Amino acid sequence: MEKLHEKKLKMLEETAADLRRAVIEMVSHAGSGHIAGPLGMADIFSALYFHALTHNPKRPQWPLRDRLVLSNGHICPIQYAALAHAGYFPVQELMTLRQLGTRLQGHPHRGALPGVETTSGPLGSGLSQACGMALAARLDRARHRVYCLMSDGEHQEGNLWEAAMFAARHRLANLTAIVDRNNIQIDGMTEDVMPLESLRAKYEAFNWHVLEVDGHNIEQFVDALHEARAIYERPTVIIAHTIPGKGVDFMEFDYRWHSKPFKKGEAAQAIAELRTLKKTIVSEHE
Amino acid sequence: MSLTPSAKLVGTIFQPDTLDMKPTRDGYGAGLVEAAEADPNVVALCADLSESTRSDAFASAFPDRFFECGVAEQNMACVAAGLAVSGKIPFIASYAAFSPGRNWEQIRTTIAYNNANAKVMGHHAGISVGPDGATHQMTEDIALMRAMPNMTVVVPCDAEEARKAVRAAAHAVGPWYIRFAREKSSVFTTSATPFIPGKAQIFWEAHKPQVALIACGTAVYACLLAARLLERDGIASMVVNCHTVKPLDEKKIADILGKCGAAVTAEEHQVIGGLGGAIAELAARTCPVPIEFVGMQGSFGESGTPAELMAKYGMDSAAVVRAAKKALSRK
Repeated sequence: MEKLHEKKLKMLEETAADLRRAVIEMVSHAGSGHIAGPLGMADIFSALYFHALTHNPKRPQWPLRDRLVLSNGHICPIQYAALAHAGYFPVQELMTLRQLGTRLQGHPHRGALPGVETTSGPLGSGLSQACGMALAARLDRARHRVYCLMSDGEHQEGNLWEAAMFAARHRLANLTAIVDRNNIQIDGMTEDVMPLESLRAKYEAFNWHVLEVDGHNIEQFVDALHEARAIYERPTVIIAHTIPGKGVDFMEFDYRWHSKPFKKGEAAQAIAELRTLKKTIVSEHE
Repeated sequence: MSLTPSAKLVGTIFQPDTLDMKPTRDGYGAGLVEAAEADPNVVALCADLSESTRSDAFASAFPDRFFECGVAEQNMACVAAGLAVSGKIPFIASYAAFSPGRNWEQIRTTIAYNNANAKVMGHHAGISVGPDGATHQMTEDIALMRAMPNMTVVVPCDAEEARKAVRAAAHAVGPWYIRFAREKSSVFTTSATPFIPGKAQIFWEAHKPQVALIACGTAVYACLLAARLLERDGIASMVVNCHTVKPLDEKKIADILGKCGAAVTAEEHQVIGGLGGAIAELAARTCPVPIEFVGMQGSFGESGTPAELMAKYGMDSAAVVRAAKKALSRK
């Protein structure tokens, strides 16, 4: 992973805006699917697939690639958009999301689409799968890293904490977990539904190295990924504070957009707002 | 004698006192070490039950390839999936009540639907677990695993067949479930007895058989003893070792049902959804004949010695004889 310079940063922010637009088009065309989470994670996906990950879209099975597990599989529209824009498959195919016969299943399925490492979606189990991949890498004396993306709500699953114990017990330093801390879940705000705080203290108690970043600040996030690589003997978790629905004013911070479909005109309005966002990125870097 | 010569069973099979007594879980321990010696990708995981699942021999021989998971079966299943999609051949061992009992969804999503090359080893299945009682006597696992697409389900009849089944699981690509018992049982097959996954075996065939005794696990030996008792009563039978419950050897079983015209299924499992269910489904589609089902009749077990429980819940050779006569009476 090279150092992030100004020009690259601008490119990553613009790419994030493009991914957001793709997500809105995909979900609105599909008529169902999750929207707030994918929009909130666009900056992180841009940073991962267009800067941080060691990968080769032309060789999805390249053995030396970093592995990415999307534990909160319901935000897969943003991963699909990133994979397509990175060159894993044609961008036009994004519009087949959730349709019969598509490679873009409603939740990620291994073998269905190049770049999807494993099947995921039922919450709380992705971190365990990532642990298995990290153990395999160690057995093979391979240098690649394993990344696991999780939602905050899925920390209510017991399975996840079993995995957190396991990763620390087996000193999986080649594993970096990234938590989308957007404070919403289907039934409301996480702290009302089933409080997660202090999430940092919980991970620290489980003997993880814990970092917290602004999930929309790509520089901060990339710095955290660098720091995680320098931590030996322990896995690292990056708690990324994000705004659900980021980039679309009427969706931001509103938990009801976790998975509700667009009404007529809403998608067009959202895309119009994203154009403003992209112009802001350009002017900020000038 | 109507024993099938090609099955190469132990010669003194009907003198129980002469037979070696071993639990089928011993076959897991032996088969796993053999598989690991043959293939460096074989790894094993256990959830705090290394000794009783016989994972300990592997753990001593290959410490770098053994992963202790603690009492966390859900995590263990998904870690195995992660290892499998990375090219390893993981075996996960716990009591069947917890794996696949507790972690069924994790197995469904990350192993079966993912088509990961992971092997689920369910120990202490059936009521012969004994004094631990019903919480630890798993009698629904075959049903749970048989309904799952992509999953192969094998129930070995003795420790020797269990060893071969574990070797076969390591060799085959795809998700497998193998079921083991805690209690010692007669070892009546030999190293020369063939074991081909997916192929049912006829162990006993009397002249012009009137009833087929189709079994898996330790119930196979009870059926062999029952076949001898039926012979004394002038009833010709056939004993089928149906070690692979899924995929079922459909053609052969359908032929057997057609030839005998009546059947008994026997297993240490609920009569709903297990081997009996599989045979009944096949019979309904191919060759409807009267079938009686030996197994748990819709209740949980309880504490007791294995022999007491097998007699009380009607899973010994006497129960098979009664069921055979009932099936014949319905012809």
